[in-house]
Amino acid sequence: MTTHSTQTQRPYMRVFGFLVLLTAVEVVVAFVLSASTAKVPLLVALAIAKAALVALYYMHLRFEGRLLRAIAVFPFMLSILVALPPAFDVLSRR
Amino acid sequence: MTHTAVAEHHATPTWEGITTLKFAWWLFLASEVMFFAGLIAAYIVLRAGSPTWPIVAEALNVPLVAGNTFILIVSSVTMVQAYAGIETGDQNKLRNMLIATAALGAIFLSIQGYEWSALLREGTTAQSSLFGATFYTLTGFHGLHVTGGVVGLIFVILKALRGGYTQAAHDGVELMGLYWHFVDVVWIILFTIVYLI
Repeated sequence: MTTHSTQTQRPYMRVFGFLVLLTAVEVVVAFVLSASTAKVPLLVALAIAKAALVALYYMHLRFEGRLLRAIAVFPFMLSILVALPPAFDVLSRR
Repeated sequence: MTHTAVAEHHATPTWEGITTLKFAWWLFLASEVMFFAGLIAAYIVLRAGSPTWPIVAEALNVPLVAGNTFILIVSSVTMVQAYAGIETGDQNKLRNMLIATAALGAIFLSIQGYEWSALLREGTTAQSSLFGATFYTLTGFHGLHVTGGVVGLIFVILKALRGGYTQAAHDGVELMGLYWHFVDVVWIILFTIVYLI
């Protein structure tokens, strides 16, 4: 549990600014960068950064204990494990 | 067991100060992550394996949906401000921010409805192509989750208007917030995968 003082000090508006900025960067990258090998990883990295900001600060995972963090992280790790075999399969066919 | 006894039972901390209700809610959200992970993995495989796929920047209205993404991000801010409000005992802030969140959610759904109707008029349906089928499945399931969130918010707003949440007891606001932010996280990923890549 977090205290009242830490609750009020949470940087909600600063995180909002970062989210808006990252969304703008995403759209610029999507439209300006040509289809290069760097484009997709860059867009995925930006999306993961935004999702992490929401999870850490708005869902308060940054301020929670290990148990909730583990519950939150586990399905994401499992998702990557689910996605890797088809991804390798797709890449091997090219 | 009376309602009060049930509520007290649910509010009993397990360990690390987490209530059973919050613990169960996070497990539910974890199952939701796997649900969307399955859909996204299927989308990636179908898209990568498809011989033809439209250029998304031409097939979809990306500027409109970028604006809609901004609206959903703002709704996450209003939701977290509602939570911050009740944490400090500010009932007005709680009510106003909850109403703003529900309104922004409704606006998001309206814009998504407009986007869908425009695509359907252009002949992009769930049956017309693999692109259409995957697009409507992914955005449709997310839209259903937003709809569920707006309905949930209406119940939370009604309770807040009756003074049902206090600085000491506001589990409903916290759980509603967790769900709403989860829906935002899913959209952040979908926006990139469906509209930008």
